[in-house]
Amino acid sequence: MIKTLHKYASPMHFHAVARAWSAPLLWLAAALFLAGLVGGLVLAPADYQQGESFRIIYVHVPSAWLSMFAYLVMAGAGATSLIWRVKLMDAIARAAAPLGASFTALALATGSLWGKPMWGTWWVWDARLTSELLLLLLYLGYMALQSAIDDRRAAARAGAVLAVVGVVNIPIIHYSVEWWSTLHQPATITRLGAPAIATSMLIPLLLMALAFQLLFFALLFIRVRSELLEFEQRASWVRELLRQARSR
Amino acid sequence: MLNPALVAPRPASFAILRREMLRLYRRRGQLIQPPLFFVLVAVLFPFAIGGDEHLLRALAPATVWISVLLATTLSLEDIFRSDQEDGSLEQLVLMAKSLPGACALKALAHWLSTPAPLIAMAALMSSVHDLEADTRSALLISLVLGTPVFSLVGTIGSALTVGVRGGALLLALLILPLYIPVLIFGAGAVRNATLSTATGSEYFFLAGLSVLAATLAPFATAAGLRARLS
Amino acid sequence: MHAANPIALDVVDIECLRGDALIFEHLSFSVSAGRVVQILGANGSGKTSLLRMLSGLATPTAGDILWHGEPIRESARFHEQLIYQGISVGFSVSLTVRENLEYALAIAARGAQASTARALARVGLTRYHGTLFGRLSSGQRQRVALARLLLVPAQIWLLDEPLTALDRAGKELLEEMLLGHVESSGIALVATHQPLGIPPGYLQTLDMDRRTAC
Repeated sequence: MIKTLHKYASPMHFHAVARAWSAPLLWLAAALFLAGLVGGLVLAPADYQQGESFRIIYVHVPSAWLSMFAYLVMAGAGATSLIWRVKLMDAIARAAAPLGASFTALALATGSLWGKPMWGTWWVWDARLTSELLLLLLYLGYMALQSAIDDRRAAARAGAVLAVVGVVNIPIIHYSVEWWSTLHQPATITRLGAPAIATSMLIPLLLMALAFQLLFFALLFIRVRSELLEFEQRASWVRELLRQARSR
Repeated sequence: MLNPALVAPRPASFAILRREMLRLYRRRGQLIQPPLFFVLVAVLFPFAIGGDEHLLRALAPATVWISVLLATTLSLEDIFRSDQEDGSLEQLVLMAKSLPGACALKALAHWLSTPAPLIAMAALMSSVHDLEADTRSALLISLVLGTPVFSLVGTIGSALTVGVRGGALLLALLILPLYIPVLIFGAGAVRNATLSTATGSEYFFLAGLSVLAATLAPFATAAGLRARLS
Repeated sequence: MHAANPIALDVVDIECLRGDALIFEHLSFSVSAGRVVQILGANGSGKTSLLRMLSGLATPTAGDILWHGEPIRESARFHEQLIYQGISVGFSVSLTVRENLEYALAIAARGAQASTARALARVGLTRYHGTLFGRLSSGQRQRVALARLLLVPAQIWLLDEPLTALDRAGKELLEEMLLGHVESSGIALVATHQPLGIPPGYLQTLDMDRRTAC
């Protein structure tokens, strides 16, 4: 088992695996998106309280989940890179960051869109939205650090420390923002949570979540491939790949 | 040449702290700068908010906390910058028996050099502004409990951005989200004291954050230094 | 001729990548106890990178560095026996000479080989023990570094351009110290262009440009 892990931790092999799986994952994700959207936008009933506008949760909730998941991937890859010095993990962490930031931005945008009909404004200092905003800032900080340090490997290692520090802080930030918002939220403002949810709504939601998950992995694989090529540009397998690409 | 030790050296932790204090003392003229910056920022708020006495009083806890936060953030870059420039950072990373221990001492030295004078200045200003006893003590207690996190976590940021161009701004970008919990509980404590709804729970959270930071931040700082120096 | 000493330091096929630039690759050499290795090479050939890798500050992207057969990454013993002097000698400008040396001794925590006063006397800086390091000339600053070498016990000396700004007397002092060091079975790796007055039996050269080691 360790030997298999070791083999796939090699950049060359992982690159091949990622290359093979990117397209199938994208197609699978597309199919699930279709199923989820049909289920959520067409088949599921409208929420009795919020009407049609609540349907945005089919995008908002999964992207919020993915925004957290991506950070865990980033921090996990970073920690692995720091502890066991696995080069592949540097590439995965760097690849995950922009994806996580995008999902977070999407969650924020859809959260705003959801809130506008309810609150009349594009933004409120709701606990969940504020936490998402801070998460976005954590992602942007990581990406800023990566671009500020020229040496890719050193940047990845510094980023790994930052990501691990961030992952420890996320529960703290989450809790403190909750605490802060309960002091100030008037009772009339609804929380952007998914309340007790009917099955006909739950299934499309889970389908969308799975679709987002697969999309994340597909995009991650695509990005990791290019990160690996940059990290390992001197390696013979990279030069071979480039040679093959040029001769086509 | 390799004779047995003739002279026993001072213990390393004492030496590290002593060195930081000596360096501080040798540039003692600059120690007044963070408190001055704090006063300046605190003065900006009334100009921006307008002369509404009631509003100013209500916002006082926030303005003090934000002024302390900003003054501290600006001072973070110096923690490792001169060490990196003169090569002593490499010596520290190579020679120190416990790099996390050394980083913890660096954080302590930073706290003594910046947040501590800021707290003194905040105490001075709060008596000048004639704040009520409850508010004043809440302010000082929350600052004392919360600012260690600023120094400890700030040291991590300083290590990660040492030698990077535009480092001070980048450092602020990285570190400010991590400061927000302290700000929430710190300013919250003072606000609750003002409204007489104090529960004391804020102090527990602040103390807890400080302890957590004291336990974990030095290791992150050491890892950050090794990552940047390699 | 003395008997060949066992190999102490073994550098095996190491590679140095800085960002996307390849500084050197497939570098291998060995150093026995009691040798001074002079590292030669043009600017950018990787002398500093090599010394930083040997010190453990940087890690080679490929290959291994072994100390008595153990990879240096895993050897605490190795780190307790080395002293590294970078191009920036590593002293604080706002501390006095004496304070700097006492600090260096304290963080090394290995005891001192001599008293600070004796070391300062040997490098000719007795008068300056209470002077701020920032006020010294660059030649004097190098001499403080020499004093550190006299004070901190170390089997391995890694010196990056230690002759910069040293006058002839200073250079002779360093050569004397190097000879004494290797005669007690120490190892020294010195990056410098200037010819080192070390007897050929003790001297090895490593040319980073031509990658020859002899």
